[in-house]
Amino acid sequence: MRHEFRVQVGPAAFRIGSDWRQPLDQMAALYNGYPTPEIPDFTVRLFARRFWRRFLRPSVMIGGDYMLPDAAPLSLAHGMLGAEMGMNLQMALGQRRYLLLHASAVERDGKALLMTGESGAGKSTLSALLGERGWRFMGDEFALVDLENGAIHPFPRLVSLKNEAISLFEDSVDASRLGPLMRDTPKGDIRHLRPPDDAVEKMHEPAHPALLLFPRFGHAPDIREIGQAEVFVRLTQASTNYVMLGEVGFDTLSRLVTTIPSRAVDYPDTESAVDSVERLWAELAA
Amino acid sequence: MSDARPLVRALTDPASTGDLDPAGWTALIAMARAEQLMGTLAHRLDGLDVPDAVARICADARLSIDHGRRQALWEAEMARRVLAPLGEPVVLLKGTAYVAAGLSAGVGRSIGDLDILVRREALDAVERALIAQGGWEWVKEDEYDDAYYRDHMHELPPLIHKDRDRMIDVHHTVLPLTAKPMPDAAAMIEESEALDDGLRILSPPDMICHAAAHLFADGDLAGGLRNLWDIDRLLRDFDERDGFWAALGERADRHQLAKPVACALRLAETLYETPVDGDVAGKSRAGDALYVRRLLARDDWGGETRKGLRLAFYIRSHWLRMPPLMLARHLWTKWRGKAHHDS
Repeated sequence: MRHEFRVQVGPAAFRIGSDWRQPLDQMAALYNGYPTPEIPDFTVRLFARRFWRRFLRPSVMIGGDYMLPDAAPLSLAHGMLGAEMGMNLQMALGQRRYLLLHASAVERDGKALLMTGESGAGKSTLSALLGERGWRFMGDEFALVDLENGAIHPFPRLVSLKNEAISLFEDSVDASRLGPLMRDTPKGDIRHLRPPDDAVEKMHEPAHPALLLFPRFGHAPDIREIGQAEVFVRLTQASTNYVMLGEVGFDTLSRLVTTIPSRAVDYPDTESAVDSVERLWAELAA
Repeated sequence: MSDARPLVRALTDPASTGDLDPAGWTALIAMARAEQLMGTLAHRLDGLDVPDAVARICADARLSIDHGRRQALWEAEMARRVLAPLGEPVVLLKGTAYVAAGLSAGVGRSIGDLDILVRREALDAVERALIAQGGWEWVKEDEYDDAYYRDHMHELPPLIHKDRDRMIDVHHTVLPLTAKPMPDAAAMIEESEALDDGLRILSPPDMICHAAAHLFADGDLAGGLRNLWDIDRLLRDFDERDGFWAALGERADRHQLAKPVACALRLAETLYETPVDGDVAGKSRAGDALYVRRLLARDDWGGETRKGLRLAFYIRSHWLRMPPLMLARHLWTKWRGKAHHDS
């Protein structure tokens, strides 16, 4: 590959190769200050399917150690999104060291709050918002559960802000923390946000989980209890490697579900969500 | 230009990795993953002094292989339970056979689908039992593909299990019916050996014949380094057995696979230093070097290289699989389907 960028995010180390310089320069700027690994865990490749497609209507194919068949190519302007998708894919398909939950995580007083839910539920936006308001941001995409002691390991990759969430941050954070605005990607409008400095500095500090929330955006404010069996099943669906880990995956997930409280939280807007989270945290976890 | 030679060297002589720098390790791991040989590499490096990052990656790979092995054996057991009442011999093929029989080729090997060989006369009964009692169902295919499999292939269209999401390939012979060699599948089943649970594996010479047929005639050499590694390990397991090499020569002739077997032996010897019998392997040919170039067509990033050579082997694989007129019809139908799909 003509261009290369390496980055360590929490316990996972990546190398990204690209036929084009632009996406890697954008990443290097946003990941400035992250450690550079010597021997990465995963390789991601951004490449042109045909040689001339490097120059003529460049279209970016995403490859790597672990791949999905028939992944659609992206335009060069969305190249950095391709790299981030490739990194996520390596984690989702290749990560064996931790139970991987599709969840965001923030930390306060050494304890972790996990938020999970379907795409669009707002878990990513909420974690980023809390990260700007006194919590330590641990990750907006994956929570890595330690197979031995159940602790949550941070995976503070760039936050991928989508659609309406973008404007929530554009005015309030330093412009140097925002990547290019990518319009009309397969996932809508996307803009990457560099996590706060303390999230990067503490990327190797795990925290024990204390509360699990299932936020849901766009509904009247409501808080419901959920039975442990339902929580368990929903988390198996939110995990990409639960089946693959076998017995140890079951034990790890059982421990998580039986040791921390969980609630479903409906919210009409982000301010209401932050209020609910703070209240539940004070009541159940603090 | 870089190629997959470092992977071949590490597998053949694991201690030689002692001189790798971080870039060398990084490339080695990417190549091993791309060639589905990471589990094998991890086992070969077991006990050696490697960098911490590599040790962690190897530990992950071993875990994942253990899991795959358990799943593969479970799939075989599920098929056995469904098919046992038929009283038909069920022969395990490829990866599942190697792990079930405890052969070296199974150590660290990744296993995808369950491949079994049954008598052609029993094919309908096997298909019915798998679907009616076993919980397998057709992968959604189009009519052309389905008819193509049934008329011309050596296996049923793939079946997938409803709950476990695992595929089973039911073979009734070793090569597509349209290919020129006609291996004697009935004789392979006849000579197969029973395992403790009643499932069967091919006899050692037939196992090599099948692996060689699989390596060349039935594919475009995709995954070739792994398939050739299978052959290397099998030959090392069988090398010492009385009369093995003579039997291999005879069986290869009988199955009309003398050429692919000989070529596989020469390639294994060239790349993996496999001990081979000169009479069966024959003299090296000018074309062997092309095979080696094709097998090693990977770069430091695990990406495919030598596109032209890959394409040539791809076309050749189809050429070997069917007569020219049929090939033209087949590619036309496929191309039309793809064009339709893309638009």
